[in-house]
Amino acid sequence: MAAVTYLEAIRQGIWEEMERDPTVFVLGEDVGRYGGAFKVTEGMIERFGEDRVVDTPISESAIVGAAIGAALMGMRPIAEMQFADFISCAFDQITNFAAKCRYRWNAGVPLVIRGPSGGGVHGGPYHSQNPEMYYVHTPGLKVVAPSTVYDAKGLIKAAIRDEDPVVYFEHKFLYRRLKETLPEGDWTVPIGKADVKRAGSDISVITYGAMVHLALEAAAALANEGIDLEVVDLRTLVPLDKERILDSVKKTSKAILLHEDVRTGGMAGELAALIVEEAFEYLDGPIMRITAPDTPVPYSPPLEEFFLPKTSDIIRVARRLAAY
Amino acid sequence: MPSNVIMPQMGESIFEGTITKWLKKVGDPVKRDEPLFEISTDKVDSEIPAPASGFLSEIRVNEGETAQINTIVGVISEATAPLSRESAKAETAPTTRLQAPQPLRQAAIEPARSGLQAPSTVPRTVRSSPLVKRIAREEDVDLAQLQGTGLGGRITKKDILSHLSGRLNTGAPSGLHTEAAERSATAVEVVPMSAMRKSIAEHMMASRRTSAHVTTVFEVDLTRIVNIKTQHAQEYLRQEGHKLSYMPFFIKTVAGALKEFPVVNASVSGTDIVYRKEINIGVAVALDWGLIVPVVKHADEKSFLGIAKTASSLAERARQKKLVPEDVQGGTFTITNPGVFGSLFGTPIINQPQVAILCIGAITKRPIVINDAIAIRSMAYLTLTFDHRLIDGAVADPFMSSLKNKLEQWDEPLF
Repeated sequence: MAAVTYLEAIRQGIWEEMERDPTVFVLGEDVGRYGGAFKVTEGMIERFGEDRVVDTPISESAIVGAAIGAALMGMRPIAEMQFADFISCAFDQITNFAAKCRYRWNAGVPLVIRGPSGGGVHGGPYHSQNPEMYYVHTPGLKVVAPSTVYDAKGLIKAAIRDEDPVVYFEHKFLYRRLKETLPEGDWTVPIGKADVKRAGSDISVITYGAMVHLALEAAAALANEGIDLEVVDLRTLVPLDKERILDSVKKTSKAILLHEDVRTGGMAGELAALIVEEAFEYLDGPIMRITAPDTPVPYSPPLEEFFLPKTSDIIRVARRLAAY
Repeated sequence: MPSNVIMPQMGESIFEGTITKWLKKVGDPVKRDEPLFEISTDKVDSEIPAPASGFLSEIRVNEGETAQINTIVGVISEATAPLSRESAKAETAPTTRLQAPQPLRQAAIEPARSGLQAPSTVPRTVRSSPLVKRIAREEDVDLAQLQGTGLGGRITKKDILSHLSGRLNTGAPSGLHTEAAERSATAVEVVPMSAMRKSIAEHMMASRRTSAHVTTVFEVDLTRIVNIKTQHAQEYLRQEGHKLSYMPFFIKTVAGALKEFPVVNASVSGTDIVYRKEINIGVAVALDWGLIVPVVKHADEKSFLGIAKTASSLAERARQKKLVPEDVQGGTFTITNPGVFGSLFGTPIINQPQVAILCIGAITKRPIVINDAIAIRSMAYLTLTFDHRLIDGAVADPFMSSLKNKLEQWDEPLF
């Protein structure tokens, strides 16, 4: 089998689920005739028809609202946000309806909301954001953020099959930059399971999304200096795989928490609290955060370069922490 | 103007030294370059010469105390009277030629102590971490007894784990202050280890943890070499001024065998094999106060006489504490010779980061069967302890066979 991109893996995952289950359908802006802004749904309207590949008006609130209704009526909708930045328009539908149906009436909403997120593509403040924490903060939602081609396919399939709403953040920087040959057959990546992308003994770098690759680069560079990084890819932000995170920190005794999202209220703060509460007596150094600063994502390329965490940041912090 | 005497840096990665002896008393006249005190570090014991002429006006670090490098350990003044503390403190820039290069870890350097303060009365704040504190509590470790290697001398996870593994492996009781120990306090004498003893202890345990030690034993017929040595002993002593020993024969033949088996001369770095182009053979020298391994550099490029002279001079300087750090660095293989004490054969511990060590047993006359006849021959057991991570028996044993051949068929002129 030929190697496929991260984008193609998502497309394959949706395609296979639509073949498998007639209740699965996609809806969003330009997902039909145009094949989606990033071409994730390309060819689907020809294969599955207009009833299952629905072009919508430019209204994220309407897209998610319609999808919730369909889900309550037994369908499995996949709602595409053209850019994850615009998911905020659907905030009320997601946080007050999708997230609370299970709690109020024990009604599952098997809905997937896909959002192309992340920077590094010179998209500026409205096309580069990482809005995951609004949804991590809302009980009743699951949030996933795959970093590899394999995880992208396995997690979209698992999200479609899940009985509750899953917000699926796909990193647009990775869309066509990653290629991987995938195994044949029908398989998924379970939601709620982190993955150790590189085993190491000195410092745990806990991260997700595009930052996983920076952490792996830093680990390769630091191996020559005798600093052995373990890279833990969360894959799922809610529900959090506490066991894997704590196991790693208990092993290495030091942690770097890395994400592309801005600093305040970010995943790193949450992880730091978890580690301090449950593994305090295993720590041999301060927990370090590497994140974007608390500003909008800049449009200027040099400023965006400065804004995003870099491999050199990880190397610098890891050296300091190793010597601590 | 008074000159400060500082603790010199005796090699990279050395951050402190213990003053074992002051050779002058306060008030004694001192000449520049004359030995002033003796120190003991992780790597070497040395005499440190005076940086200036004058009178030793102050000793700030007493015998037996350990000081970070660049600490002012004493003051030499032009006048005999001890300087007041203020004026000694004002002298901040050490002007001596002994000043060490900038320390690698600035944070690890304590400010120099002021003259009259007794260091033991100042409680040292022990910096560690939640993890280290928990381990200390569970394992009953007094953190104040540990030397931290982290930033600013912090005790790290590594420090306490290596402390514990040392304790486990030596089988020492876990709490030194147990009731039984206190009751029998009069029956024992507790002496703190010297810096060299501590260093040997750490290096040996680290090696045991690092390498997969395997030992192979060969019996070698040294009759030919014994005869050659006996034959040339007097002439050699007359010409060279020192006694001819067996060691250069072994160094020379080992260098030849290492050339044929470069992996025995290698080391391990993570998952890499580091082949060393130089053949530098360390020779363990027993001292009254410990053990040191000076290194015969480029042994493969030296003649027999060159090796003999180098080895003899290194051993002599080791006994006189005149070795410099370069003398004990860069070894790629080690020879130890407990045979001189009568040991038949030993299973030594590898000198890290090397991967093999040769042990020479006592040379004794034994009845040996040669061509179905019993002959009296000078025999010795040679053992090679090798690191099975890198070297298999299929390499170690041919290496030993080659060495055995070279020794039994020695055919080189001594002069």
